[in-house]
Amino acid sequence: MEKFTKITSTAVPLDIENIDTDQIIPARFLKATDKQGFGNNVFRDWRYDNLGNVNPEFIFNNPSYKGKILVAGNNFGCGSSREHAAWALVDYGFKVIVSSYFADIFKGNSLNNGLLPIQVSETFLKKLMEILIAEPTVQLEVDLEKQHISVIEKNISEFFEIDTFKKNCLINGYDDIDFLLSKREAIKEFELSRN
Amino acid sequence: MSQKTLFDKVWDAHVVKNEIEGPQILYIDKHLIHEVTSPQAFNELKERGVPVFRPNQIVATADHNTPTINQHLPIKDELSKKQLKQLAINCKNNGITLYDLGHKYNGIVHVMAPELGLTQPGMTIVCGDSHTSTHGAFGAIAFGIGTSQVAQVFASQCLLLKKPKSLRVNVNGSLHPNVLPKDVILYIISKIGTNAGTGYFCEYAGTVFENMTMEGRMTVCNMSIEMGARGGMIAPDQTTFDYLKDKKFAPKGEELDEKIAYWKTLPTDKEAVFDKEYTFDAAEIQPMITYGTNPAMGMIINEAIPKFEDVSFKKSLDYMDFKAGGSLLNKTINYVFIGSCTNSRIEDFRVAANYIKGKQKAENVTAWLVPGSKQVENQIKEEGLNLIFENAGFQLRQPGCSACLAMNDDKIPAGEYCVSTSNRNFEGRQGQGARTILAGPLVAAATAIEGKIIDITKTVN
Repeated sequence: MEKFTKITSTAVPLDIENIDTDQIIPARFLKATDKQGFGNNVFRDWRYDNLGNVNPEFIFNNPSYKGKILVAGNNFGCGSSREHAAWALVDYGFKVIVSSYFADIFKGNSLNNGLLPIQVSETFLKKLMEILIAEPTVQLEVDLEKQHISVIEKNISEFFEIDTFKKNCLINGYDDIDFLLSKREAIKEFELSRN
Repeated sequence: MSQKTLFDKVWDAHVVKNEIEGPQILYIDKHLIHEVTSPQAFNELKERGVPVFRPNQIVATADHNTPTINQHLPIKDELSKKQLKQLAINCKNNGITLYDLGHKYNGIVHVMAPELGLTQPGMTIVCGDSHTSTHGAFGAIAFGIGTSQVAQVFASQCLLLKKPKSLRVNVNGSLHPNVLPKDVILYIISKIGTNAGTGYFCEYAGTVFENMTMEGRMTVCNMSIEMGARGGMIAPDQTTFDYLKDKKFAPKGEELDEKIAYWKTLPTDKEAVFDKEYTFDAAEIQPMITYGTNPAMGMIINEAIPKFEDVSFKKSLDYMDFKAGGSLLNKTINYVFIGSCTNSRIEDFRVAANYIKGKQKAENVTAWLVPGSKQVENQIKEEGLNLIFENAGFQLRQPGCSACLAMNDDKIPAGEYCVSTSNRNFEGRQGQGARTILAGPLVAAATAIEGKIIDITKTVN
């Protein structure tokens, strides 16, 4: 996994609540047996209509809005456990998702793919959304070490929580498998103790 | 001694080691896999040169991406065919039992595992599918995981997890006749919202759940994830033990007696405290229906759609082409789906058949009746329910996830409404542009007969 420390980027504001993983990547694109290429179909049915025409209303299709950070409404990533949603967002180029709430499974999936979910307060999210919609060139800075997200030129920032173990994994590029594999002896002992 | 919840007791019995601040190493008893969320996990292990640690604790089935007609013929869709073939190869190479398409035990993972007795009280069960919460009906800790976690369990039979907070939902009293378990869970979600359970593991308690069959309990626990909870559990009791007794992989004889003695120690201690608790009165619950694009947007079938001002709510009603303040009664419906891991068990088809018997399907309706497993399909035939369906103009299909997520050809056309017994009414869930109305099997059956939504509270009572 790629190491994550600090990112400065413009952001895409997606002011919709309860975005479920079926919207992030519709089920008909889950037939692949590898992880590549899901970015082409991220938010497919919001980016294109049923006939495949570009939907100009959708913010991803507005060239003014781009960047490595997605800022989305409350309860992002609910629904299906499909990790394809995280793969699709990463493949599209996102490194950070900001929301006031994340569904549990999505949050875990993101962290396992080097995609940082940042949970901020409702107030901060509202403010951020307003700024980004009005001024798409504004840069956000995410400092994982300090657990800070800020809009530098507006002089606003917020501290965010992250599990210490997960933070270290991201900073060092480790994943859970490496750790679990190192615990196999303890796991075997546990199995014996139950028999 | 401190008072423990059902969840605490099962969780604590599976913690391998408490050595680091933060996540714990949780041992997984049973790992269920299917074709869609496992291939990348097998690749991950292969790339690392790591073997599957405990293949005997893994069971596989093909369900998400399978056709529900002509299962004996080669699959037409090349990508689907490849995905299913990959599952078979991966299982064979790693010594994992697979109930492939056409096998007598094949079915939706959350239907086939319980009916085989693979799901048992006190277990930890995971699957790369969010509706794994279904298995909590037996008093197991069961939850959906992502593909990276599928790889972790392959590699170590464990997961690194932080213990979630505890939530209890109590429903006491007696349900009205014709109020089904699906109505109970849709009611709960409509009251507490899609993220009330995020960060929590839920226990359902109270007389309503005590009096429910195992099938009903599975329907309830299945939708725990729709309120954000990773899982939902119901304390094991005599209903659980009776259900398990003759199941293929359930313990037998003396071993069963020993297990039951242990399972009886699992229910939540009287004085145990939950982080959050909700209580509802069974008498308030009536047949439910959804009007929006998340499962919390539900109401009693004869109520009016509520009025809210926020953008997301309006976007949702626009998608559904419904009006705030409007009623869904008499709304013409052209598609009905009875199936999915929520409502595709024998009890659901009995409910539907009981209503349908002697009636005729409305001409405008295309109805898909999709059993949850080969065993359910066979039982439908043994009980002669298929004849009731056929005489009424319905066709029984073959088992699979089908139109719940529309990965196969069972798609609802754009703009059409479908009254569906599945679990999610998200935009496009049942096909691009399709509009889903969630309901129980009784409301679905009545819609198929009438060709429109009717006030079932009047008709049946």
